Amino acid sequence: MRRALPLVLLALAGCGDDSTVSAGGGDKPQLVVSAASSLKEALTACSKDFPDATVRLQFAGSDELAAQIRQGVPVDVFASANTKLPEQLEQEGKLEEPVAFATNRLVLAVPASGGRVDSLAALERPGVTLAIGAEGVPVGDYTRALLGRLGSARAEAILANVRSNEPDVKGIVGKLTQGAADAGFVYASDVKAAGGELRAIDLPARLEPTASYGAGVVTAARQPDAAEAYVDGLLAGGCHDALLAAGFGEP
Amino acid sequence: MTSWFGVVLAVALAAALTFLTLPIVAIFAQQPPGDLLSALGEEGALDALWLSLRTTATALALILAVGTPAAYLLATRRFPGRAGLITLIELPLVLPPAVAGIALLAAVGPSTLLGRAAQDAGLQLALATAGVVVALTFVAAPFYVRQAIAAFEAVDPTLLDASRTLGASPARTFARVAIPTALPGLAAGTALALGRALGEFGATLMFAGSFQGVTQTVPLAIYDRFATDFTAALALSAVLVAVSAAILLSVKLVRGPDAVAR
Repeated sequence: MRRALPLVLLALAGCGDDSTVSAGGGDKPQLVVSAASSLKEALTACSKDFPDATVRLQFAGSDELAAQIRQGVPVDVFASANTKLPEQLEQEGKLEEPVAFATNRLVLAVPASGGRVDSLAALERPGVTLAIGAEGVPVGDYTRALLGRLGSARAEAILANVRSNEPDVKGIVGKLTQGAADAGFVYASDVKAAGGELRAIDLPARLEPTASYGAGVVTAARQPDAAEAYVDGLLAGGCHDALLAAGFGEP
Repeated sequence: MTSWFGVVLAVALAAALTFLTLPIVAIFAQQPPGDLLSALGEEGALDALWLSLRTTATALALILAVGTPAAYLLATRRFPGRAGLITLIELPLVLPPAVAGIALLAAVGPSTLLGRAAQDAGLQLALATAGVVVALTFVAAPFYVRQAIAAFEAVDPTLLDASRTLGASPARTFARVAIPTALPGLAAGTALALGRALGEFGATLMFAGSFQGVTQTVPLAIYDRFATDFTAALALSAVLVAVSAAILLSVKLVRGPDAVAR
């Protein structure tokens, strides 16, 4: 009975993003990497050059990917947009000791063409529409924690303008580039990846907008050696450089 | 039928049956029924069920009101390009939901002319309940229209002629003869459209977003919970399985056992 569930979950995962990066080599082992949506551009760019295996990247909200690993979906590496989910998985015995490999900055993103929002304070105005991450998704949790530091009155005024709780950060970007929402909280790297369609409004340091990313080798990995090499590469090497180029910071 | 061929057939049937029913049985077997029921009591789950009910009912009303006369026209008149028109209307039937979402954004998204006109006219589609209704109508309508065309085509033309000869207007003939005669087929089409609308996921998320009580229908609520609260996701899935089974059964009762195959 339990064996049927990963199939169901895989079907669900199909709703997310899934791309295969081939390194050209025919008989190299395949490494499955589940990574947060916000890592898409950086990891897609660098995984082509990973020498030890052909990397199959799977992007979705970190919480969904963690749920898949809990349900036994065969994954080798988990790269999350926070450190909480990898630590939880480690405590459950599903992940080897995770490492923090990068940081990202939460920013307020608005359409580059201009619009109704030009500052954090503008978010409190009635009639402004916001798209943010759903609860449980790292970007959604960071956003709520950050708003909490504004004080409950301001946080409530802003949350009252939320019109969509998106299952991953790319969903927020889509709502902004389509003009469906006036503003949203995403990572600095997402604004960079949106190629000029979005503008980032920096948030004050006292709101602690820094997000720490954690990654680890899945305990049940089929390619544990290649998985470890991949995680090492996130800390120093091709993927580390690609992360910095995409707008991420040192861990 | 003790030949090897009979064995092959039986094994194929057993394999198909196991593969198709196991995941559905698993929804109910993972958790005790009591846990599933109490998970449904959660406010967000009830909001999602209520929203799905409202948006599906509205979409169906629109589909029936416009789709029935449109299907009647296509079924009773012969004109050049008719087959092409029917194919166009049926196209969303085979479109992947993500394509439907992109198509809706490109046609009536907030940054398009039509989308802006709708907004100026006071009809907010983006991130609003009306947007969910648009998405459901778009993906579900072909299921009804297709079935309705077949149902009207099956009405004996001499019945319609007799009605007119006896002095009934075309409108009266449509309302009092064609619709009652085609009713079982129309009902089956309604049920199929209902099932499709209830299950809509991708186009809704892309076009209307996800917000509790406003745009988060049951399938979106399931996706939202699957990482954080698997029991609640199972409970909502169980409701959709039950509703879908009821729809399928009602189609079969109305149209006889072969209805769904059409």
